[in-house]
Amino acid sequence: MASYNLSHLDQLESEAIYIFREVAAQFEKPVILFSGGKDSITMVHLARKAFWPAKVPFPLLHIDTGHNFPEALEFRDNLAETYNVTLDVGLVQDSINRGTAREEKGTNPSRNSLQSVTLLEKLEEGGYDAAFGGGRRDEEKARAKERFFSHRDDFGQWDPKNQRPELWNLYNGKKAVGESFRIFPISNWTEMDVWQYIKKEKIDLPSIYFSHKRKVVNRDGVWIADSPYNTLLDNESYEERVIRYRTLGCMTITGAIESDASTLDDIIEEVAAARQTERGNRADDKRSEAAMEDRKKQGYF
Amino acid sequence: MSNTAGYMDMDLLRFTTAGSVDDGKSTLIGRLMYDTKSIFEDQIDAIEQSSQNRGDEHVNLALLTDGLKAEREQGITIDVAYRYFATPKRKFIIADTPGHIQYTRNMVTGASTANLAIILIDARKGVIEQTKRHSFIASLLQIKHIIVCVNKMDLVDFDEEIFEKIKNEYLAFDAKLEIPDIRFIPISALHGDNVVDRSKNMDWYQGPSLLWTLENVQIASDRNLIDSRMPVQWVIRPQSDEYHDFRGYAGLISGGVFRKGEEVVVLPSGFTSKIKSISSMNGELDEAFPPMSVALTLEDEIDISRGDMIAKPNNQPNSNQDVDLMICWLNTDGLKVGGKYLVKHTSNEAKCIVKEVRYKVNVNTLEKSEDEKDVSANDIARINIKTAKPLFYDSYRRNRNTGSVILIDEFTNETVGAGMII
Repeated sequence: MASYNLSHLDQLESEAIYIFREVAAQFEKPVILFSGGKDSITMVHLARKAFWPAKVPFPLLHIDTGHNFPEALEFRDNLAETYNVTLDVGLVQDSINRGTAREEKGTNPSRNSLQSVTLLEKLEEGGYDAAFGGGRRDEEKARAKERFFSHRDDFGQWDPKNQRPELWNLYNGKKAVGESFRIFPISNWTEMDVWQYIKKEKIDLPSIYFSHKRKVVNRDGVWIADSPYNTLLDNESYEERVIRYRTLGCMTITGAIESDASTLDDIIEEVAAARQTERGNRADDKRSEAAMEDRKKQGYF
Repeated sequence: MSNTAGYMDMDLLRFTTAGSVDDGKSTLIGRLMYDTKSIFEDQIDAIEQSSQNRGDEHVNLALLTDGLKAEREQGITIDVAYRYFATPKRKFIIADTPGHIQYTRNMVTGASTANLAIILIDARKGVIEQTKRHSFIASLLQIKHIIVCVNKMDLVDFDEEIFEKIKNEYLAFDAKLEIPDIRFIPISALHGDNVVDRSKNMDWYQGPSLLWTLENVQIASDRNLIDSRMPVQWVIRPQSDEYHDFRGYAGLISGGVFRKGEEVVVLPSGFTSKIKSISSMNGELDEAFPPMSVALTLEDEIDISRGDMIAKPNNQPNSNQDVDLMICWLNTDGLKVGGKYLVKHTSNEAKCIVKEVRYKVNVNTLEKSEDEKDVSANDIARINIKTAKPLFYDSYRRNRNTGSVILIDEFTNETVGAGMII
């Protein structure tokens, strides 16, 4: 007799597809927040599966800090074209020009906190009432209690004490005018699950996830890439290293790791052996113990 | 993490942990994650730093599980947190629920998706009120497997008699509950005895370790593979040249098995048709079973929309507007008899009115009280509701997916009640 078992990856996929379909049914105008990273690429793949053979019924929204890896931007544009998905881009620079966001002072300012401003502006401008994010609960402490359907008030803010309980697979997307939701279809995935799934489904990724040579500078233990957005400090100099990226963000704060991993199998091996969480290389989370929680409250993904 | 790389087809087990204050729940979760290498160096660094800042004498493992600043300041856990670890055999999702504040509501939430519950008992204290409460909730939520971990065995000299006494105490109480599979393991979470490896301090215990048990508990047969049910979530209409006439009825298989060519009935219309295909981006499937998300196409053109239920003509769900529920109340505003709510059930939703509170259950003694009718936050009661249109359901006991509902307050939009259909 057939055992009717589903592997962990099949169950996670099914759960995510279920979430995508729920959101399509419960909301007027959902949007997929697309960072260009592997988690959001995986989300797009899951969304395609959820509605196949129809096209993905949501646009992609990319909040562009202006400090992105060119490889990631090129990948983004190709992906939108290949799958015939609308791509909406919100430029942090526009918010700075408008005066709604202000660049941090000092050398090598991070534009990560400014992303929240542009994001909220774009969500309002587009009339989006649900925004899919690639957040996972294993990523960071503040996310362990995050809901699949995360309620935001009409300022886009997250109140950790006022989240709706989620039972079984019954998701409540009811909201008042002006309120919105962030939706996290891959909440239950770990970094390893994502990599295994990418391998299983043969999902394409930007080249910078794989080992390559790059000029980098070691700053506080983090390898930062040579880019027009990075200013060398006194006593700093670039050197060429064989590196790759585990996560993609602003070029000024996303650290590379030294790695020879050039295939998905190599990466999976490496992730398995890694002793640092992938966000460990993100300077923005190191700023304070509760950095992520504070940014979430302000409307960050 | 280190050892699961090559394992693309692990099983998945979801479990909930319940315990009272100071019975070592955080330590146990910490140990499972640590011993399966699911805690990273930077996470350990972060909690070491926090422990120092707080002036704690040693590394406080609870900080690993107490995530939010709001609750670290208050030193309490206020919500369900989800944690992950994996072995080559299984991926595990822990719904970590606090034992004290808002315990019932949080335990019910955590238990609603769990295959198994770990109940912790402090060997020095034995079965206490909270043990009973946790077990009752696990039973109410139809969790089929309970592992009772008698913890802190190191503090009672690894004494077999104490373990046996607690086991008997628990079994005497448990006779009132319906839990088909209960196991007992004497452990010391702090020192790791019987958590991952068999303890050298308790030769008298011949059973497996906790982790071995978690890896090997059979859960596949807990699903209902008999009553075929698929609530329609969404209708896929590509409107493209290639798929011009394609109508895919998308949903999560909530019970039974659907096969290509089989006859199905669609509710509420009652029309029947045959499954033309089970489609997916990776190719057509011959059959679909829980918990797969699929899209069915049918031979005939029938008007089908979200909220409809696809089943088999000779095995249909109940269809009724008058429904009895066991409800766990989640909101600080109490249940209003005569009040109107929105009931969400599978992909369907309807207005409903609460007709009656039949009785309340004392979660500590399990006694039913027909005199008490005030249902407030964390209360459990049996109620009767009347819905504006029929629900297509099975009893919760038969199927957790088609037997569960949530109640939503139409004014605040909050989820206020979790109901299990009787």
